[in-house]
Amino acid sequence: MGVKQENGTPGKVVPAIEQEISEELDMKVKKYLRGEGANLKVLQDKKLKGQLAVREELYGKSATAAAKAEKWLMPSEGGYLEAEGIEKTWRIRQESIAREVDISSSKNQYDIVLPDLGPYTLDFTSSGRFMAVAGRKGHLAVIDMKNMGLIKEFQVRETVRDVVFLHNELFFAAAQKKYLYIYNRDGTELHCLKEHGAAHRLQFLKNHFLLASINKFGQLHYQDVTMGEMVGNYRTGLGRTDVMQVNPFNSVVALGHSGGTVTMWKPTSSAPLVKMLCHHGPISALAFHPNGHLMATAGMERKIKLWDLRKFEVLQTLPGHAKTLDFSQKGLLAGGTGSFVQILGDFSGTQDYSRYMGHSMVKGYQIRKVLFRPYEDVLGIGHSMGWSSILIPGSGEPNFDSWVANPFETSKQRREKEVRSLLDKLPPETIMLDPTKIGNVRPARKKEKLTKEEKEAEMEAAIAAVKSNPLKKKTKGKNKPSKRVKKKQEVVVRAKRPYLEQQMKEQEDLSRKKQKTSEDIQLPKSLQRFARKKPSNIIVLKCSCLFIAFNILYKL
Amino acid sequence: MKVKVISRSTDEFTRERSQDLQRVFRNFDPSLRTQEKAVEYVRAVNAAKLDKIFARPFVGAMDGHMDAVSCMAKNPNYLKGIFSGSMDGDIRLWDIASRRTVCQFPGHQGAVRGLTASTDGRVLVSCGTDCTVRLWNVPVSTIMESDDSADNSAKPLAVYVWKNAFWAVDHQWDGNLFATAGAQVDIWDHNRSQPVNSFEWGKDTVISVRFNPGEPNVLATSASDRSITLYDLRMTSPARKLIMRTKSNSISWNPMEPMNFTAANEDCNCYSYDARKLDEAKCVHKDHVSAVMDIDYSPTGREFVTGSYDRTVRIFQYNGGHSREIYHTKRMQRVFCAKFSCDASYVISGSDDTNLRLWKAKASEQLGVLLPRERKKHEYLDAVKNRYKHLPEVKRIVRHRHLPKPIYKAAALRRTMTEAERRKEDRRKAHSAPGSILTKPLRKKRIIQEVE
Repeated sequence: MGVKQENGTPGKVVPAIEQEISEELDMKVKKYLRGEGANLKVLQDKKLKGQLAVREELYGKSATAAAKAEKWLMPSEGGYLEAEGIEKTWRIRQESIAREVDISSSKNQYDIVLPDLGPYTLDFTSSGRFMAVAGRKGHLAVIDMKNMGLIKEFQVRETVRDVVFLHNELFFAAAQKKYLYIYNRDGTELHCLKEHGAAHRLQFLKNHFLLASINKFGQLHYQDVTMGEMVGNYRTGLGRTDVMQVNPFNSVVALGHSGGTVTMWKPTSSAPLVKMLCHHGPISALAFHPNGHLMATAGMERKIKLWDLRKFEVLQTLPGHAKTLDFSQKGLLAGGTGSFVQILGDFSGTQDYSRYMGHSMVKGYQIRKVLFRPYEDVLGIGHSMGWSSILIPGSGEPNFDSWVANPFETSKQRREKEVRSLLDKLPPETIMLDPTKIGNVRPARKKEKLTKEEKEAEMEAAIAAVKSNPLKKKTKGKNKPSKRVKKKQEVVVRAKRPYLEQQMKEQEDLSRKKQKTSEDIQLPKSLQRFARKKPSNIIVLKCSCLFIAFNILYKL
Repeated sequence: MKVKVISRSTDEFTRERSQDLQRVFRNFDPSLRTQEKAVEYVRAVNAAKLDKIFARPFVGAMDGHMDAVSCMAKNPNYLKGIFSGSMDGDIRLWDIASRRTVCQFPGHQGAVRGLTASTDGRVLVSCGTDCTVRLWNVPVSTIMESDDSADNSAKPLAVYVWKNAFWAVDHQWDGNLFATAGAQVDIWDHNRSQPVNSFEWGKDTVISVRFNPGEPNVLATSASDRSITLYDLRMTSPARKLIMRTKSNSISWNPMEPMNFTAANEDCNCYSYDARKLDEAKCVHKDHVSAVMDIDYSPTGREFVTGSYDRTVRIFQYNGGHSREIYHTKRMQRVFCAKFSCDASYVISGSDDTNLRLWKAKASEQLGVLLPRERKKHEYLDAVKNRYKHLPEVKRIVRHRHLPKPIYKAAALRRTMTEAERRKEDRRKAHSAPGSILTKPLRKKRIIQEVE
């Protein structure tokens, strides 16, 4: 195709587009292939090879079909914000965005001022259709975001620290002054979970139907909300914290502690899976990228760090402080501090985050929580004077899947989905750092003991390495040919020594073992009574010596 | 400044009228579905459990014979019908769908030992211990109607009396010859009262005979001198013979790979052979704990059913060393004959307790017409189960079968015995001069000799 393009005939323009499309499709296919295929060349078993080849071909086909579906059949396209000329995207204000976008989208920009019961925290359902808000002083509300209708609002008249939706909008949990409560959408209290204590932060693992909470004594609780069983109850031993986030990729719960460490937990082990020192001061916020490989932490020492969770390494350190962090579905990172929200974006594709947008609220507002609304270009902000919502173009996933999360779900569909998700409820054992490991063969351990040949080869290599070293030029008298030869031999012997010593030691051990076993079975049983008993013999001998000595003395 | 934000109008994403279907949008992005492997695994476990719950293989019993059912024959041209013969000389034609007798064929004085239908399905051939071969006209009209108002007993087309009692009969797949087994192998024509040809090799009784489905002139027999013999009708003498340590009760050719056949042996195993290479079995199918009495291949050639003296019916893969399925009921006695139905979806067994029993070939299969969505769901669950079948939990559930206590104990005993034998052999080998004792594989161990 490239050659044709060089000719420059008008008919050849089409292939260029085709090529572009095919390249784009290839990129997408890669995403759907979910990693490398099996290496069939190393296989000896022909039958297995054939079966796997068929399987790989199938995977390839389905990935291509999915990529094509994504390319051609998706109903909506993602949002974007592009600066023109000397404009900078982070200088663009919300008002100017509101002027450009359509009316229904500009309705997503608002401030709700509720000065009495703040600061507010919020949570969205997985489809982004419903929002739960909780004011610190006891105000709880559920809101339908499609028509901005208030479904229920009530006062619990005590401190509410956090609120979280359970598997759908019908139920939500609120961490209150002393206990954790579960309410339904009508505001009826369904359960009071006393075992959790005074929870600071709540998270719901929707694949596992587990409600995770961290309480003021630093205890992490996991409760199965279907059966009510307490799955795990662990003391973190790292003090009080209110930084807690679930990694959506593997459902591992991460906690940020005042010592600067981040610990990651699963419900089936009492020790953390990972304990990493991320900051020098206390950790103030934590967020996970939806693909699970990237973590953002904010420390009190005014640094925001991005971590690669596959290698547990810092990718990027950014200056700045954040009381709350959140990743959007498309990977934008929002951080809120004081009355300012900053949005960072990764535009190079190399996980290099830079400024994307900013938004400052009215002076004096203290931001408590920022949270992207799923499947929308909207960021929800809970703060001391109520809650607000701003537009962040390009943050949400434009195409939803009706079977995963449907913002236009009917009540019948919701019921159906509840049953299905209960059937697919995962047991807590499936929470692990790498969830793709399930059903895979564990790679064989490396042999610890070397074979004889390998040992010899190692020794040879060591000798060859020593021999190849040139000898130093020595002063007169020490550089005689005989001395040089001697020196060379010495060097070889020295290189050999550790190996030989080890060999001898092993042999000795072996022979000692052999002796031990052979001693017992040296003689047939019938003859064993004639065998000499060594230790007693010596004593007898000694005694007889003494006896003789006494006799001699007497005689004298 | 260029800006665009996601904006969805409700009209585009919901249905217009309440009669419309709900609109479905798909996005296959892997990051939307987290932990998909774990979800698939859970589905596989659940599917395996559901399979166990829905495993109800027994469809019904066909009651009517007065004595033990000794033989059965399928009608290759009619799916619903099956013939059965009993020890008191009664032959019946059953309608499998309604599980009722359609027609009776009275006449035999002693036990009926062999039944077969011609390939066009018009003629039924029966033989028995009363030294007669009887040919019957299969009543097509009564099959269609299957009413029991008229006198539904048929008269034989022909009765041929011969010198010796018969043990088995089988019809050619293509042609109008049939072979009977007794003191020797006789080849008969429909219209002759005497055999057109006779084969004899040794003096012992021949107890089963089967024609090759691919080559109409080739047949295999098993005899009580523990031999399996191959014949070619175009030759004057038998072609090849294989002598095993124990006798084979029945033989069945694989209809899809017609050079292979499987013999049901007295020593509780079935042996699959390649007819061209008789010095070694292709596969040994172990699991029964008593003599295997009858064997029949599925028309797909991928599996076969066996009936055994241990009161169970088992289904084996054509290349599987152990059975895929075991069927038993409290009331079923020694199974003398077992057949796969012509559509490979049912199994019929005839046993000592005078009943024919109808089983599903796949224990948990859903009967009846499946909706496309149902079928897709079954396919998906099968695929998931297949993918995770090696994981211990799934494997345990899929493999588990409830066994009657006597069979469980007998199987354990057999295991102990073979294990002891193996250990003894190992020790003997270890204490002999190297190379002086050769262990034969089980595929060869039970073969004494191959005679050309």
